[in-house]
Amino acid sequence: MAKRIGLFICWCGSNIGGVVDVPRVVEETKNYPGVAFATDYKYMCSEPGQNLIISKVKEHNLDRVVVASCTPMLHEPTFRKAIARAGLNPYMFDMANIREQCSWVHSNDKEAATQKAIALVKRALAKVSQVEPLFESSIPITKKALVVGAGIAGIQVALDIADSGHEVILLERESTIGGNMVKLDKTFPTMDCSACISTPKMVQAAQHPNITIMTYAELVDVQGYIGNFEVTIKQKARFVDHTICTGCGLCTEKCPTKVSSSFELGMGKRKAIYIEFPQAVPNKPVIDPDNCRYLKNGKCGICKKLCPVGAVDFEQKDELIEEKVGAIVIATGYDLIKWEEIYGEYGYGRFKDVITGLQFERLVNASGPTNGLIQRPSDGKEPKTVVFIKCVGSRDEAKAKEYCSRACCMYTAKHAHQVIEKIEGGHAYIFYMDVRTPGKAYDEFYRRTVDEGAQYIRGRVSKIYQSGDKLVVMGADTLLGSAVHIEADLVVLATAMVPTEGSEKIAQLAGVNIDKDGFFIEAHPKLRPVETMTGGVFLAGACQGPKDIPDTVSQASGAAAKVAALLSNDQMATDPMICHIDEKMCSGCLVCKEVCPYKAISEKTITERIAGQPVERIVASVNTGLCQGCGNCTVACRAGAANLKGYTNLQLLSEVDALCR
Amino acid sequence: MRYAYFPGCSYHGTGKEYELSTHAVAKKLGMELVTIPDWSCCGATASHGKSHLLNIALPSRNLGIAEGMGIDEVTTGCAACYQQLANANKKMIENEDLRNKVNSITGKPYKGTLKVKSIVEAIGIVDPETIKSQIVKPLTGLKVACYYGCLLVRPPEITGFDDPENPMFIDNIMKLAGAEALDWAHKTECCGASLGVSNLDVAVRMIDRILAAAVESDADCIAVACPFCHLNLDWHQKSVNRKLRKSYDIPVFYFTELLGLSMGISPDELGFKTHFTDTKKVLSVVG
Repeated sequence: MAKRIGLFICWCGSNIGGVVDVPRVVEETKNYPGVAFATDYKYMCSEPGQNLIISKVKEHNLDRVVVASCTPMLHEPTFRKAIARAGLNPYMFDMANIREQCSWVHSNDKEAATQKAIALVKRALAKVSQVEPLFESSIPITKKALVVGAGIAGIQVALDIADSGHEVILLERESTIGGNMVKLDKTFPTMDCSACISTPKMVQAAQHPNITIMTYAELVDVQGYIGNFEVTIKQKARFVDHTICTGCGLCTEKCPTKVSSSFELGMGKRKAIYIEFPQAVPNKPVIDPDNCRYLKNGKCGICKKLCPVGAVDFEQKDELIEEKVGAIVIATGYDLIKWEEIYGEYGYGRFKDVITGLQFERLVNASGPTNGLIQRPSDGKEPKTVVFIKCVGSRDEAKAKEYCSRACCMYTAKHAHQVIEKIEGGHAYIFYMDVRTPGKAYDEFYRRTVDEGAQYIRGRVSKIYQSGDKLVVMGADTLLGSAVHIEADLVVLATAMVPTEGSEKIAQLAGVNIDKDGFFIEAHPKLRPVETMTGGVFLAGACQGPKDIPDTVSQASGAAAKVAALLSNDQMATDPMICHIDEKMCSGCLVCKEVCPYKAISEKTITERIAGQPVERIVASVNTGLCQGCGNCTVACRAGAANLKGYTNLQLLSEVDALCR
Repeated sequence: MRYAYFPGCSYHGTGKEYELSTHAVAKKLGMELVTIPDWSCCGATASHGKSHLLNIALPSRNLGIAEGMGIDEVTTGCAACYQQLANANKKMIENEDLRNKVNSITGKPYKGTLKVKSIVEAIGIVDPETIKSQIVKPLTGLKVACYYGCLLVRPPEITGFDDPENPMFIDNIMKLAGAEALDWAHKTECCGASLGVSNLDVAVRMIDRILAAAVESDADCIAVACPFCHLNLDWHQKSVNRKLRKSYDIPVFYFTELLGLSMGISPDELGFKTHFTDTKKVLSVVG
């Protein structure tokens, strides 16, 4: 049947019409083969404009439409919906961008712009002559979510998804949930005790009927696609049976082995059998196999002897567990940059009294290694002069990270306040480049700290060295224009936030991208901050970029809302502009499988009858749920068996043809 | 190991001990130092303030001559000469336009085939066993504060052979010579360089800090690798004492002098007599 194309050229007010001679474009293109109706209008995307399209489709019995206007990124969905309302398949449509790619960039040469517009319209007409109706398909959804990481982000995501009625697995590789937040003492700007506000949420998560917490467990494999993931989790051997253990703590008391605690950031020790901190969830110990005397040398075993319920089990093995989920949320959080490897001017970590902000939190924390007393790690004495240095590793394009770590200005002000409050005769000096305190009640908090007597010095520190038992801090005061030397008792560095160790591996498993700094990339920085480019995988918290607790919790709820929306359907529609494999032409070489960035292609065995005999052979098979229509396979396929619907080889060739004439 | 050797202007003057001791030690270690014929001033710390082009041209002339010697590597003792040669070398290698321009100025075209090493690196990379085999009088009991100054290990893109914040090359050489290389904080703090001549009031404060840190670390002496550092720390100790009412009396040696001493070369041969602060104390520690 002959094609009947409707051509609608937009003026877009004067955006297009002021540069391109629109009536002339109509004249030059209305007789293109296949065009049954052509017109122009001032604002095609407006309601009258859309109604014009709909009425003309009906009036002239059009079977496909071209709109020449702005970028498809803006109004392709608008016009597709319009022609769908007119009764056409929404994919019987193409757009010619004669604004962003024509009138807006060639505004100084109207003749050339008009010529280009004519060519672009012809291209669209050639393409639309070759389009076929496309139909979205649907796939079922597993109504369960996996949250990777159980810091405050992961906990909040899990609680919100669980409250919306769906099941959640909350996965955490440490022995307790809580993440970095539980290491903190007080949180700005309210000075709420961190444990006091996070532990209720931790307990809520533990008790929620829809949440299954898996601690001391890691994600090791992800297969499948949105709505239908198959994940493999490794439950590491705890060597303590948590179904029997009562959490009495006798084992941890009597264990003879002490090792440096990573929870205390090297400022304190724990035992080989340990509970990470007093409010841990679950509040039951695990045994560290690298340091346990029994597991290493067969000696000791005192915990097993003393346990009143016989919960210690040295025979436990790692277990692999498979789960099906419909959505994955990555909430793996942050670590601090290894500043000791970079900043020789601050001593490369040799000076015990130069510590990070997080280590300072452990000192001030009442359940920390010094029971809440601010003491110098070197000699245990109370420091009187504390120097804070901000932007260590952040905003440093020469040696470390270019970005700002966002939370440090607030927590440094908080620490300075704590020094002044807790240490009699204490002095706090803060070397800064800027003070960034934009949140609610943040600037007031910073001002109060200044009013209390914290001394902010604008300038960098070029060197810290030990002189006797003092640390000499050599810095600059750029507002005064002079050098400043301070003899400090303690120096606290506000170090850069970086993605946690192991983030890269999680990114690979989940099939999401990370940026040059290792943070997970969101689908769009402004408009889609909790989704990724991979369908069904979402982000929450500092793993996506440095942020503080209020922003983390907000983003976590946002991610949960997206997951809840996804899981609220029984089925989901998929974009029909995906790869199609012509099995007759496919030789089964599977090069397409190698180049697919979304792991959407797998091998399939088909049976054909050749010369009367059934023959089995391998061909490529596209998972319509995973395929994002990137076209890599179409390019890679040597036989031409892979073709992208909506951008078929024939359609593209006809566009080239039209432009070359 | 053969090197094209750039003496630098101070070698025949205030840096005489450095020249004497460098050659003595090199001979013992089987390093042949062939002086670049018709060598000229590298520009030191003065030329880059005048003109960037001059700053590259002056050292490049020497590199151009050296290239014709058939030796792959150039070495020099003075830290400023080293910076100048290494910096010019890098820029000449990387920037073709600059190379062509400079070559048309100097009359000694340089193609960019050489490597530039400071004498610290040249000695530092010799097999420790070779160095140890030459030590006959280990400097046991001698506490040395090794001072690198600012030009030897910065900027790391130009120098690159040692850590810019806590370098260890000279420390390691001193350890091989049997001395105790102290861990002190002022290894790379600037001594004031030419301010020691043009603005002594500023320089004495910088020199004072370094001397104070060396004394605080309980050093018997300071080891340096640059004639200006030596001038400032040695000759100007009296100035510091006078202007800032201090009483420093700590000898300052070129590391090659100390190394030479441990190799059994006589103090006179090494130039010990031309110091300004008394060297007898060190000799007595060493025996």
